[in-house]
Amino acid sequence: MNAVESLKYFVPELVLLGGAFAAFTLDFFLKQKKLVGEFALLVIVLALCLAQAPAKPLHLFFGMFELDTFAHFFRYLALGAVGVTLLISLGYSPLKDRYDGEFYGLFLFMAFALITVAAANHLLMIFISIEFVSLLSYLLVGFLKNDPKSKEAAIKYLLFGSVCSAVMLYGMSLLYGVAGSLELPAIGNALFYAPFKPLAAAAVLFFFVGLGFKISMAPFHMWAPDVYEGAPTPVTAFLTVAPKALGFAVLTRVLDMIFLHFYGVWSPVLVVLSILTMTIGNITAVSQSNIKRFLAYSSIAQAGYILMGLAVFTLLGRGAILIYLFAYLLTNLGAFAVVLFVGGETGSDSLDAYAGLSQRSPAAAAMLAVFLLSLAGLPPLAGFIGKYYVFAAAIQANFIMLTVVAAINSVIAAYYYFRIIRLMYLTPPAGPAFASPSRSLAIALWALFLGVLAMGIFPGFFITRILG
Amino acid sequence: MTSHILSWIIFTPLLGAFAVLFVPKSATSAIKWIALATTGVVTALTGYALTLFQPAQAGFQMVERASWIPQFGVQYLLGTDGISFPMVFLTAIISLVACLASFPHVRVKGGREKEYYFLYLLLETGMMGTFLALDLFLFYVLWEIVLVPMYFLIGIWGGPRREYAAIKFFLYTLAGSLFMLLGILGVYFAAAPHTFDMTQLVGMPRGLLFQQIVFMAFFLGFAIKVPIFPFHTWLPDAHVEAPTPISVILAGVLLKMGTYGFFRFSYPLFPEAAHWFQPAMAVLAVVGIIYGGFVALAQTDFKKMVAYSSVSHMGFVLLGLAALNANGFRGAMLQMFTHGTITGGLFLLVGILYDRAHSRDLNDFGGLGAKMPAYAGFLTFFALASLGLPGLSGFISEFLALLGSYQYSKVATGLSTVGIILAAAYLLYMVQRVLLGKLNPKWASLTDISPREVLTLVPLMVLILGIGLYPRIILDYMVPTLDTLLKTIKV
Repeated sequence: MNAVESLKYFVPELVLLGGAFAAFTLDFFLKQKKLVGEFALLVIVLALCLAQAPAKPLHLFFGMFELDTFAHFFRYLALGAVGVTLLISLGYSPLKDRYDGEFYGLFLFMAFALITVAAANHLLMIFISIEFVSLLSYLLVGFLKNDPKSKEAAIKYLLFGSVCSAVMLYGMSLLYGVAGSLELPAIGNALFYAPFKPLAAAAVLFFFVGLGFKISMAPFHMWAPDVYEGAPTPVTAFLTVAPKALGFAVLTRVLDMIFLHFYGVWSPVLVVLSILTMTIGNITAVSQSNIKRFLAYSSIAQAGYILMGLAVFTLLGRGAILIYLFAYLLTNLGAFAVVLFVGGETGSDSLDAYAGLSQRSPAAAAMLAVFLLSLAGLPPLAGFIGKYYVFAAAIQANFIMLTVVAAINSVIAAYYYFRIIRLMYLTPPAGPAFASPSRSLAIALWALFLGVLAMGIFPGFFITRILG
Repeated sequence: MTSHILSWIIFTPLLGAFAVLFVPKSATSAIKWIALATTGVVTALTGYALTLFQPAQAGFQMVERASWIPQFGVQYLLGTDGISFPMVFLTAIISLVACLASFPHVRVKGGREKEYYFLYLLLETGMMGTFLALDLFLFYVLWEIVLVPMYFLIGIWGGPRREYAAIKFFLYTLAGSLFMLLGILGVYFAAAPHTFDMTQLVGMPRGLLFQQIVFMAFFLGFAIKVPIFPFHTWLPDAHVEAPTPISVILAGVLLKMGTYGFFRFSYPLFPEAAHWFQPAMAVLAVVGIIYGGFVALAQTDFKKMVAYSSVSHMGFVLLGLAALNANGFRGAMLQMFTHGTITGGLFLLVGILYDRAHSRDLNDFGGLGAKMPAYAGFLTFFALASLGLPGLSGFISEFLALLGSYQYSKVATGLSTVGIILAAAYLLYMVQRVLLGKLNPKWASLTDISPREVLTLVPLMVLILGIGLYPRIILDYMVPTLDTLLKTIKV
């Protein structure tokens, strides 16, 4: 489909782009920066309303942009993640009165970039859109430019990200050398008819480096704790969720389109990486004393569980990735929303700030407890459905060792999630009761809390929406 | 209502829990009465279900079925039979009694009634659901729901080492149940067509190796809950640290969830594996009976002694299960019920004494028989019931279990009788140390048992005495189902 014909299927993305520029312009004229944030939210809602599921896969812009149900799901996921992040940033005090107009504008670009990542069907497009997301992430991580931790995080992220991208780019060049094309289907065909097995194996490993960085897969996870700790809390919330989800989207697409018949090569690698990721994440999380670092390691471990679905790669396994990502999005954003609230009230991200939270703010404590239980994968919460799906996929495909390791990991994970719950409920409070959260934060918290419960209690409804 | 009676039994406590949430924190007496009323209503509903229950009929009754997660064929499937109904009845009674026993306890531990009764009622929903679910997925969900409130109930209102005990209980049980989840998934994918429906899964053919592996996975989940010998170390900690009413629930209901799992899932789903593991089960039973007995004998902490006696008594359930015959099954099933009532009562009595003396050190007491004559009477009654005095229910169930195991293995039976002697030793030794001898002047001001406390004990005594004198009042409900189960698993 040529560019002009494609435009009519591209309306939500155009709205996002236009909205981003409009937000930057508004920023010049408005004194009340919060209005820019509210405008950005409006843009997201508008884009959500305009996004329509394609009846059949559409090859937009000469096949650069593949709009199928898979991409459509990630469209919702990206918009949802950005929307919630905007909602919780509205009350985030370190941002106030400085550059927050730009902050909201950048998030609209981010939403646009994320959607292109999910829909990219061309190596060049994949690379450019991933870089787009990465650059925006570096900017957002370093947004509090007077905070040394924030700056350090941004630099670390940039250096680590550049190296990983370069390695991935090298993998792409190998593929181009083999196939003489950058289009995913063409490369897939070329490899199928003239299988250059060692080359393909090398290329897939290079992809794992570049995208493994995005999804914080061990051993490319080193950046995550420092970056998550240093970044502004709303950005951390966003980074643990959206780029990770999109990394999985690209991996799924690339593995599916190019490397499907090299399954025997990369599946064992992913099994090992999955075990490594969840074990490193879980064991390191046990000894953390800063809630953001703690959740960073937990999110590394969660990536390990999602990798199980990728390693299996059956129909159920691919479904499991989407279900898990959705459940994880609700839960992790929720947990970070509470972290943001507590951080705002106590001015601290140390775990000690959570002592006796159940008496200082019963609702926040109950919500965080539910989010943590969901991360631990206990029924009847969203996280359990995700975990159930990956376990089911792995058992169905006879990956018994992998599931046993994952089960043991889940017990370790439960231990450290309960450290926070213990602090909140079993320890006496360290100070007076909290004020109630701002309205936008309260809306986000309740929406995510009810979402986590609803997905756990009525999973059928969500599964139908996600997998069709 | 008649057609959804089981749903009502499960979800009435949840409704009560939400009612508690909407009462202000300071209205403690309102919260207490809502909780008590809720458990009372559940008991009444169970009583009503008892009138609907057809004892002579073996299959599932009062079945409720609705689609829940169509993608996996998961159903909201409830039903009851002679195995689950006695457990539901036990849960209702124990929950009611323990709720009444909670009244002074929560206040002593720093209040927070609202959270306590919310979690307590949530726990009851989980327990009821565990016994009534016939869909493996639903069962797993409800089984796990029990864990979280229990963690908080031990962790917030427990004794000095409560945090350690709570997380230990939680992690042990979670580890077991995760392996059970893997087993459940294995069963699901091995079934053709894929299903979690117990009514369809029973009788499907499965290979022996598959059965053995999945039996082990389920075994881990259930054995940790019972607890069976090498997996029992969480139990003394949890029991000692838990507040009295929660110990009662733990001993009265939660331990039975494990043995219930064997009856409901492991045996009918994996009959060949059940035969294959029969010797191992018998050995574990005997080890549990003797080990639990000896360790109980050595305790100086009253509560820890009762906790270890649980390990010993639950061994008899396992012994009956291992026998794989009619008498053994009847004994095991009956022992589940009677142990719930007897040990529940003993924990209540420990709590009553502790509330007054703030000590559980057996060597510290003495001569309380003269000081608290009514208490002494109750304690003697429950101790005698626990050691298996004929005429009380403990005797019937242990006798049946031994009778069954005698047909299987004379050696195992002979060794198990040592457990009965040990039970007599540690219980009578306890009675001697607490009630007889010279009164320690420290306890001169202890008051005797109060009417409220008597009220918590009487329902249990009625059941103990009733079953002891005429066991058919409960066996008639169990026997048809157990006989059918035996037919299913005969290889």
